[in-house]
Amino acid sequence: MAEFWTSSWGIALILLAQGLAIITFVMLSLVYMVYGDRKVWAAVQMRRGPNVVGPWGLLQTFADALKYVVKEVVVPAGADRFVFFLAPFLSMTLALLAFVAIPFAPGWVMADLNVAILFIFAVSSLEVYGVIMGGWASNSKYPFLGSLRSAAQMISYEVSLGLIIIGVIISAGSMNLTAIVEAQRGAGIFSWFWLAHFPMMILFFISALAETNRAPFDLPEAESELVAGFMSEYSSTPYLLFMAGEYIAMWLMCALISLLFFGGWLSPIPGLPDGALWMFGKMCFWFFMFAMVKAIVPRYRYDQLMRVGWKVFLPLSLAWVVIVAFLARFEVAGGFWARWAGL
Amino acid sequence: MMTFAFYLFATIVCLSGVMVVMARHPVHSVLWLILAFISAAGLFILLGAEFVAMLLIIVYVGAVAVLFLFVVMMLDIDFASLKTELVSFVPVGGLIALVLLAVLAVAFGDWQSAEGAGDLVAVPVGQGVQNTSGIGLVLYDRYILPFQVSGLILLVAMIGAITLTMRHRTNVKRQDVIQQMHRDPAKAMQLRDVKPGQGL
Repeated sequence: MAEFWTSSWGIALILLAQGLAIITFVMLSLVYMVYGDRKVWAAVQMRRGPNVVGPWGLLQTFADALKYVVKEVVVPAGADRFVFFLAPFLSMTLALLAFVAIPFAPGWVMADLNVAILFIFAVSSLEVYGVIMGGWASNSKYPFLGSLRSAAQMISYEVSLGLIIIGVIISAGSMNLTAIVEAQRGAGIFSWFWLAHFPMMILFFISALAETNRAPFDLPEAESELVAGFMSEYSSTPYLLFMAGEYIAMWLMCALISLLFFGGWLSPIPGLPDGALWMFGKMCFWFFMFAMVKAIVPRYRYDQLMRVGWKVFLPLSLAWVVIVAFLARFEVAGGFWARWAGL
Repeated sequence: MMTFAFYLFATIVCLSGVMVVMARHPVHSVLWLILAFISAAGLFILLGAEFVAMLLIIVYVGAVAVLFLFVVMMLDIDFASLKTELVSFVPVGGLIALVLLAVLAVAFGDWQSAEGAGDLVAVPVGQGVQNTSGIGLVLYDRYILPFQVSGLILLVAMIGAITLTMRHRTNVKRQDVIQQMHRDPAKAMQLRDVKPGQGL
């Protein structure tokens, strides 16, 4: 039996099982993210939120998903049918794909890539295609305008996101996510990168909001201006896929913030054991922050969004890359910014 | 397994390359082009150049092709007239194809390398270095000056393009964010107690 697992069929079977495990985890967390999101908004607005289907409304999202699936698929006249249906599949698949390279604990990763962070960055930069293709293929004005906005927005914030990540890479001396987390080991919460890269952590969170088209930057779907943006013409399962893709991308950003700045599976207090539960807890915390921002912060105007992206975030993150490069090169503060130095 | 993956990616690259030319709609052409880029990245991974592969996806697919798609979507192209003009490009296209074919024939045909020519190929970084750090060592260490100069040239080109296209129109309403943020509620609005039946 042991040799079966090292043959190509065995490896293929293992990979399949791992993939299924990841998809199950992501889809289950997706269901409860939607639920948690709605509960948080409800709490902020002093409502009850979903509380009818199942105990405390826990099954509400399953009911909603079922409702989407059994509805009729409407394709607008003159739509490019192939691209129209390809777009939601693409956005969902790409969002799921990035989880291949996310480690949840030492060794709990499907593909421990050398360039894991670049891989995730590449996949999330592809997500813009789901939006553009959906908007264009709908053959309708508002979706098209929405998709153009969204594409410009995602490209703009990708630049500063990339520069912030470069700062972390300089500090960790590796692009492997496991190595980046291990570089944050030490005196618990204070040796994580949020302290070493403090201003950038906040910038990363804000850029992540813009990158996932989340409030206060949800301009592609600004209902007061563009109906529902690129999703206007979508109904039923394709719409569900877009929604799911958006939430999964958000979950990915939560995982990235936890890994890059909050020590992934490392425990905040030196004595306590590390583990995947810490990682999960940190992701949930960041998702809570995403939900709170949506509940509290009003929507940005489009020119303000672009201004912040290009004139504030980009110079700041670029300057930080230079500063970190110096801090790391000369091992300031005993190599606080150069975790590779002692290795 | 590697051979199978190579032929898979290679076939996709070739087929999508053909489809770029054959597709009826320009937007479809760009989408096929993107597929070709991604499969080319797959080929790079098979060569063990994972860093180049990821950069190919981030730069070409994530940024360049998006702008490309932008432009193609917004252009109002008359497809019928494009099709008729297509024939006039056949001689040039055929010539390029011939030159490429000749190059391939020379490279993979009856071409003899001198003894030991393979050893003369410069290997700037030793074996056993990951290709991310390998590229870093070459670009930022050995060839730092040419690298920086080429960056400067690109910067100059970018600034040049911006100055050439920038026009300052006077009668356009602009958003002045500084001014907007310094608005004071006391000056911007006025509370009036409206008596019923009188109006303002």
